[in-house]
Amino acid sequence: MIPRNFVYFSPSSEKEALELLNEYKSDARILAGGMSLIPLMKMRLVSPSYLIDINKVESLSYIKEEKNRLRIGALTRYYEIEKSSTLKKLLPIMNEAATWVGDPQVRNMGTIGGSLSHADPSGDFGSVILALNGQIITSSLNGQRTIKADDFFVDSFTTALNANEMLKEIVIDLPEGMNGGAYVKLERKAGDFAIVAVAAQLSIDSKGNCNYAGIGLTSVGPTNLKAKKAESFLLGKQLNERTIDETAEIAASEARPIDDPLRGSAEYKRAMVKVLTKRALNLALKRARGV
Amino acid sequence: MEKNTPIKPVETQQKQLYHIKVNINGVDYEHDVEARLLLVHYIRDVVGLTGTHIGCDTSNCGACTVIFNGKSVKSCTMFAVQANGAKILTIEGLSKNGELHPIQRAFWENHALQCGYCTPGFIMQAYWLLKENPNPKEEEIRKGISGNLCRCTGYQNIVKAIMQAAKELRSK
Repeated sequence: MIPRNFVYFSPSSEKEALELLNEYKSDARILAGGMSLIPLMKMRLVSPSYLIDINKVESLSYIKEEKNRLRIGALTRYYEIEKSSTLKKLLPIMNEAATWVGDPQVRNMGTIGGSLSHADPSGDFGSVILALNGQIITSSLNGQRTIKADDFFVDSFTTALNANEMLKEIVIDLPEGMNGGAYVKLERKAGDFAIVAVAAQLSIDSKGNCNYAGIGLTSVGPTNLKAKKAESFLLGKQLNERTIDETAEIAASEARPIDDPLRGSAEYKRAMVKVLTKRALNLALKRARGV
Repeated sequence: MEKNTPIKPVETQQKQLYHIKVNINGVDYEHDVEARLLLVHYIRDVVGLTGTHIGCDTSNCGACTVIFNGKSVKSCTMFAVQANGAKILTIEGLSKNGELHPIQRAFWENHALQCGYCTPGFIMQAYWLLKENPNPKEEEIRKGISGNLCRCTGYQNIVKAIMQAAKELRSK
């Protein structure tokens, strides 16, 4: 499969990339890892006239701990997220989720900023960032904007990015106290998109009450979904079999799955949201308690 | 219409070409290519190294796996222009002085292929995997080759071959 032709740029700085983006706007696409964009171009579902390859802009690739916050550059590859000792220590849900993205070759190229900008509702990291209440920092020649992850995903393959903006970094407030997370995914075969996947992040106080609950759902709506009702139900409650069960039930009611011939009926996927939310919460709780 | 109308060449728009320099298996190449030329087509059709195969052409099967600046990638899902300045290793670059690379020999000795179409991709992925993790457990090998599809062997002998190659490479 051969894509339509395009004009190719390989800027060496963020500023240069933004200038090109500002000039060509929606006629241009940013090329990061290309693991979604290139297949779309080959199938001619997307045919940008201009391609701005940011792979030489190394300043966009980093994982930094900074005053109770974590900053991840848009060009950080899943390989780096999977192996990162900083993440293993601070937010191991990220390492875990990375192992579920595509396959090793895809993770060697694919970037976190690329997949979030692509905004596939079956993408794994949208749910993780939603569960962690992450923020997306965008940049353009007009300066930077901070967008809450929940406001970033507008619709399937549609984000809050303006045509002259690119995703610059992801910022996450680090969890405090006893905390743990888990990403649990159900897939038909290795490396496939999720039938359903759930990201869960919990913090508990010394009495075992929940003081942070984040739940993100993959492949069961027009975007990655934040199960807000389920999160607020759990907040302040003791984590036990009953409350986890009820939370999972609420998360399933918040899902908006559709029937699809490849990965099952809406009914089946909704049932799986409940099962996987329970599994993810139980695993997150176990990890928060350090057992 | 007249019979035997001669076919005339059509005036075409001039193609925009990009000059790239790539090192493949230690040899420097320079070519002018279209932006949309895929890396795998560049390696096979322009450079002429046909050991790298095109399987699914949708980044699922891994037959086109090459080592790109030290990392395994699927060359059907990259543009040749992205390889400007890059170092690439393909299956042709593994054997030295007519001697098979230990991974190649292990595939041969363990009957880790039948039709052989997926083999170059598997071997290149195994090459990267063993650089990353010289002493992998069986499960790690299986996860490591999860981006490569083989429709003949059922993977058992591929895993065995990679285990044997790992052992041999460690002893070197």
